[in-house]
Amino acid sequence: MADVAPAGTEFIPPAEVEDVELYHAKTWVTKYVFSQDAKVIAIQYSATAIAIGMVAMVLSWLMRLQLGFPESFSIIDAGDYYQFITMHGMIMVIYLLTALFLGGFGNYLIPLMVGARDMVFPYVNMLSYWVYLLAVLILVASWFVPGGPTGAGWTLYPPQAILPGTPGSEAGVVLMLISLALFIVGFTMGGLNYVTTVLQARTRGMTLMRLPLSVWGIFVATILALLAFPALFVAAVMMTLDRLLETSFFMPTIISMGEMLEYDGGSPLLFQHLFWFFGHPEVYIVALPAFGIVSDLLSVHARRHIFGYRMMVWAIVIIGGLSFVVWAHHMYVSGMNPWFGFFFATTTLIIAVPTALKVYNWAFTLWKANIQLTIPMLFALGFIVTFVNGGITGLFLGNVVVDVPLSDTMFVVAHFHMVMGVAPLMVIFGAIYHWYPLMTGRMLDEAMGKFHFWVTFVGAYAIFLPIHYLGFLGVPRRYFEMGETSFIPESVQTLNAFVTVIVLIVGFAQFVFFYNVARSFFKGKDAGRNPWKATTLEWQTLESPPGHGNFGAELPVVYRWAYEYGAPGVEDDFVPQNIPPDEVKMAPGGATQT
Amino acid sequence: MSFLGELADKPWLTQGSLDGIPDAVESDLPTPQFGLRVFLGVVTVLFALFAVVYSERMLFSDWRTLPEPWLLWLNTGILILSSMAIQRAVNSARLGRMDGVRTGLVAAGILTLAFLAGQFWVWLQLVGLGYYAATNVANAFFYLLTALHGVHLSGGLVALGRTALKMQRGVEVGKLRMSVELCATYWHFLLVIWLALFVLLLNT
Repeated sequence: MADVAPAGTEFIPPAEVEDVELYHAKTWVTKYVFSQDAKVIAIQYSATAIAIGMVAMVLSWLMRLQLGFPESFSIIDAGDYYQFITMHGMIMVIYLLTALFLGGFGNYLIPLMVGARDMVFPYVNMLSYWVYLLAVLILVASWFVPGGPTGAGWTLYPPQAILPGTPGSEAGVVLMLISLALFIVGFTMGGLNYVTTVLQARTRGMTLMRLPLSVWGIFVATILALLAFPALFVAAVMMTLDRLLETSFFMPTIISMGEMLEYDGGSPLLFQHLFWFFGHPEVYIVALPAFGIVSDLLSVHARRHIFGYRMMVWAIVIIGGLSFVVWAHHMYVSGMNPWFGFFFATTTLIIAVPTALKVYNWAFTLWKANIQLTIPMLFALGFIVTFVNGGITGLFLGNVVVDVPLSDTMFVVAHFHMVMGVAPLMVIFGAIYHWYPLMTGRMLDEAMGKFHFWVTFVGAYAIFLPIHYLGFLGVPRRYFEMGETSFIPESVQTLNAFVTVIVLIVGFAQFVFFYNVARSFFKGKDAGRNPWKATTLEWQTLESPPGHGNFGAELPVVYRWAYEYGAPGVEDDFVPQNIPPDEVKMAPGGATQT
Repeated sequence: MSFLGELADKPWLTQGSLDGIPDAVESDLPTPQFGLRVFLGVVTVLFALFAVVYSERMLFSDWRTLPEPWLLWLNTGILILSSMAIQRAVNSARLGRMDGVRTGLVAAGILTLAFLAGQFWVWLQLVGLGYYAATNVANAFFYLLTALHGVHLSGGLVALGRTALKMQRGVEVGKLRMSVELCATYWHFLLVIWLALFVLLLNT
């Protein structure tokens, strides 16, 4: 921290664009239903994402019941099971995690944190949510069509995804593809807003390098999504045509059930490339916002500036760039040229460098910090541990020679659940405990929060550590039941039953969380203003919770970065971004000017 | 300062100070233009991916080339004219001449509709000759790419229609200028996309 002479506001550069004209809703419907206010849209996005996410959670219970106690549930047949795994994966990755991080946290945090009154294109932003909702409804509708939802696995590989014999190959897969295409259209509308708002609507003094890392994570993830989702769109459109018009983009010459089909000469491998050109960046579309948000949670709750802010920003950008050149590591067993595998293994392992850098910086942020073991901090710590865990198994799988024997085993399932399931969820929970007071003006109950954290955290390990081991034994993923398999010992069944019991317990703990969210809304402790003593602008609004237009008559002016915690000589231990240097309250006897 | 230049900032050294923070408004583009450019970036990626898949799929042995109706050349000419017409509307708007804006927008709208009708006619010709989408993947690509371009152009027509409505309501030229300029950017962009697609489709 340098001793810098206080400067007046007159030198601060003007905002990059003038104050936008706000749309003022007049009726209840335009205020809370067809709302153009990013904060309301954020809550609509979050509520929808969590609702459909609960469906996916129930599907995971059903899967686990089958795996843990095979032949005990006559209601679950093999076809149902494939539908469960497909819909569970698709919903969790796209309709829950992507929508919640970008549509939910993106909408809530970006305008508030950059000091804008709203997103730059509020009308398009509103449309974004409604198109997303339509995509979710079409997805749900696939349960109610003949044949049910698709059971092709979340990767939807052709030719099996659209051939008879795969559950949902009649209508389910078509609805799935249409729903995905709509999701992408809706997301693009939102994404345009997030990118343009960050680049064009920052308030006076908010330079790029004064942005909180949450905004950086969401911003770069949005750029990734805008570039990667078109690949899924292309794949979805062409597969829909293959299914409906019998074109042969992906469908090879094929005999199905003894009958020569109309298809001719298509390339299923082309689909895999398109899918993973989207699919791998998708991992970082989920991870980067989590990286950003967890950095802010750690800094606020450890009362210490984030260690290596510049490195953190650069690492986010570099990881984002690298995520586009690693996709074929999902395809080591597709029969591609070994040189290709060598190339993609190399790029994959290089990603570990900026990622490890972030982990070290989180650890250094905590080093000798004034750590407050609040619920958001617990979840942030849970994230670091889980992410490192999942990241290390990623190094295993990134190597071709290790990946080939582990391909399509439970080890892969355990790896990606740790790294992009449990880890981002830890951040989402931490973020909800952190920002709930801002959204509602009330604190979430701490005892219930602790219960929720410990059961979820310990439970996640009790579930996924054994699954790694099952993978090493050679237990394949996506199998309805093992049957007579000589190389799989009987103890596997005991372990599977154990995992299922834990899954149900962890599932129960989530209802404690939902109860906490609902109860605290009415009976929670009053949060007051800025309960966590955070420096970022969303806590410095005129009223709390922030009202329409976010800030008062004047937009805030930003004088410093977002990490002025533990500042020496200052009365409180933090200085908000918008306090002019000459108004910082110094402690009696404190000498240093920040 | 450039985007990359700004990334070299050390924010912890500039608290309350303005050293190293630029004092001019940075963005050269108004926000709607900026947003449109971001969108066009996404559309470019979309068409680029189609082009890659097309080039890749072409290498398979089942690829059968389809005829190139002369009408496509005429349609291309019409689309170029529509781009010129909309540019005329922009130039007039900059000079404050409402009549020029009106002529430009109406001409651009009619020419675009003519282009879309021409494309549809090409489809009918090909279907008449028995080039169905399911017969060969080259045909399927032709219908898919022309349709996708047509859908984007139709979306543009909605924006053009809204601009024309604003003009009808008597909005002054200065306020109309932004909408006209946005339409023009989009039209020129879709012309470039079409030219690229045309080269791709001719190159079977």
